[in-house]
Amino acid sequence: MDDKEILISEVLPGKTVLPDKQTLDRLAVLRHDKIKIPVIYIGSGTCGMVAGAADTISATRKYIEEKKIVADIIEVGCIGLCSFEPMLDVQLPGKARVSFRNIVAENVESLLDDVFNGEIPKENVLAQFPNELHDPWDGVPNIEKLPFFALQHRIVLKHCGRINPGSIEEYIARGGYQTYLKCVNNYTSERICELVDESGLRGRGGGGYATGKKWIMANNTVSDQKYLICNAAESDPGAFMDRAVIEGDPHLLLEGIVIAAYAIGATKAYIYVMADYGLAYNRLRISIDQMKQYGLIGYNVFGSGVDMQILLVKGPGAFVCGEETALIRSIEGKRGMPEPKPPFPAIEGLFKRPTVVNNVETLANVPFILKHGPQKFNVIGTPNSKGTKVFALSGKSMMTGLIEVPMGTTLRDIIFKIAGGIQEGKDFKAVQIGGPSGSCIPVQQLDLQVDYESLWDAGAIMGSGGLVVMDENTCMVDMAKFFMNFLNKESCGKCIPCREGTRRIHEILENITRRPSTESGHDTLERFKGIMQLEGLSEVIRDTSLCGLGQTAPNPLMSALTWFRDEFEEHIFDRKCRAGVCKELRVYYIDVDKCTGCVACLRKCPTNAIVGQPRQPHFIVEDKCIGCGMCFDVCKFVAVMVK
Amino acid sequence: MPVPIDELVTRYKRGVPESLLPLLQEIQAEFGFLNEEAIVTVGLYLNLPASKIYGIATFFDQFRFVSQGRYHLRVCRGTACHMNGSASVLREVEKILKINEGQTTRDGHFSLEAVGCMGACSNGPVININGEFHNAVTSAGIAAIIDQFRKKA
Repeated sequence: MDDKEILISEVLPGKTVLPDKQTLDRLAVLRHDKIKIPVIYIGSGTCGMVAGAADTISATRKYIEEKKIVADIIEVGCIGLCSFEPMLDVQLPGKARVSFRNIVAENVESLLDDVFNGEIPKENVLAQFPNELHDPWDGVPNIEKLPFFALQHRIVLKHCGRINPGSIEEYIARGGYQTYLKCVNNYTSERICELVDESGLRGRGGGGYATGKKWIMANNTVSDQKYLICNAAESDPGAFMDRAVIEGDPHLLLEGIVIAAYAIGATKAYIYVMADYGLAYNRLRISIDQMKQYGLIGYNVFGSGVDMQILLVKGPGAFVCGEETALIRSIEGKRGMPEPKPPFPAIEGLFKRPTVVNNVETLANVPFILKHGPQKFNVIGTPNSKGTKVFALSGKSMMTGLIEVPMGTTLRDIIFKIAGGIQEGKDFKAVQIGGPSGSCIPVQQLDLQVDYESLWDAGAIMGSGGLVVMDENTCMVDMAKFFMNFLNKESCGKCIPCREGTRRIHEILENITRRPSTESGHDTLERFKGIMQLEGLSEVIRDTSLCGLGQTAPNPLMSALTWFRDEFEEHIFDRKCRAGVCKELRVYYIDVDKCTGCVACLRKCPTNAIVGQPRQPHFIVEDKCIGCGMCFDVCKFVAVMVK
Repeated sequence: MPVPIDELVTRYKRGVPESLLPLLQEIQAEFGFLNEEAIVTVGLYLNLPASKIYGIATFFDQFRFVSQGRYHLRVCRGTACHMNGSASVLREVEKILKINEGQTTRDGHFSLEAVGCMGACSNGPVININGEFHNAVTSAGIAAIIDQFRKKA
């Protein structure tokens, strides 16, 4: 029998009798617990590819071809350490898998030379994966003990970066899809909804609505056709959790999808993926084909009488399509604009049929809950927020990447323990949580726990899970301007307060970061009016918009105004940007001690604002200077400074 | 040789509005952008007014209405890249190529697009040229990268 037949007949039905030794051996081989030839794993998620994994892969291929080594190369997803990409892991027969960081194409040869000779080079080694079947390497730390992983609790990301995302066999050998078949054969849909409700799972896309309640509502609605939609329309800047889950462990998501579809009585499931996510889309396409070959979708799945179909939809890219009613309209071939609720999609959604829309991360939690029971899940987290949450860490922290922590972990632990603090020893300023319509959390609130209630009380939202860490060199006015510009562009235009209000806010922020010499007419007066209007404007947008996007749109501004009001006032009254980010407010001067009088800046200055004789220190005439920064760029002696 | 639009549309059911977005995506994948002919043909086939199709297509970021250059530059304008200075990279590219974002150079070699987030936030600013990534780009270093491609063009 080949692998496929064994998996279908022996493993998938979840027999109570243990399979014979030969089968167990085969499963160990599929899990890469037992290997005959060396295996090289290369992190080839989008983050890896950006860092140059494609070159690393071809260099590795070339190496094993030239040296006539028989080895497997597996392209795995992201393990979460994006700042260490490209990552390359080597597993020799009988030895533990050991992981190396920042392996660009040039390093491949020397690294593999060492490893195949049984030596671990000191530099670039990261950690080893403990496994009782393997001999550990001496002097290589355990990956679970690294500070980055020690505080994490991985349910959704458990196999990300470890498993071969292109192999359904490995997923099944690790216990996958057995829960799904257990569900369709042994549980009624009501029972599954109850179990999920009991687990306390809440929507991970941002809203935090109880998943079980949503499912029960859809399950109780009578209809000839129901739909499940997996929302992978991740277009927040700074959030990449869904992409990483799909790229790293697509079958986990697919198992969650088919269980959810069965639980609400849907026979059709849609996955709405951003068109930009090329790799994720292809992974899903291949994985769905594999499911078909194994008979996990189609008519009468494993004789249970359940029909199942999964359709992939490419989202044409609009931030607002993350809102469920807008997403549904977009699948129907209309403009992605939100609609008033009720009727809730669970009663009347896609093509007027009951529809449940769940986020990728929510669905990826489902197999765990049904496999281990809701009790195993609801012990994790806080009383009202159960389980774990995946965050995408980016910005100025030491480590950037993907983490999964139990609900209730404090931001301080995440930023200083897991992510290792701030780059270059700079001071922490704020962390932006919840994407562009989230809030900035300042240093005073670092002990805030991340769960739905605590964040809500602090005026922030969980959002989909982007965490952008900002250091002292970040200007809060500039960040607020950036987010308002984004939201203004992405506003669908349905509600006037959101469409016009975000534009006005952006204009006001533009005004206060503008240089005096480019102001005309009443602009100078408008600046002062602006700051007075910002709060009122924000309240109107919040109270009168239809969808969550509009209601939360003023959040980044409101929170920045609450915590960093002095910075706004500095911009307005002193025309000063303390972080030096707002280019137009920069005032340049020349350090007379460093200036050699090379006249490079004098020649370049477009407004003749620099005066001085050759080989004598130069000066900048402030009134003439337009702050273009030309002199700053051209000076070789770092004599031009920003005040 | 791209498949003619008349033939492309027949892969979808006639008069079903749900086919609109996938169909437009397929046409764009084939031709690189949506032209007037495509919109009119799709409208006749799906029984939708051309104005409505244009309205829907302009709503979404993915659809383009001018042809792409031989090298398509995408500059990431996500939060993390913004903090690392992607705004000045974008300005620099606009200055070098003498076009604004969303435009194509007159010789058809380059086109420029600013995108939301490419999901590679740890090593920004990121730019993508015809699928090839360049990370940690600086406004000073971008000229060399563009020159490389200009020579190839």
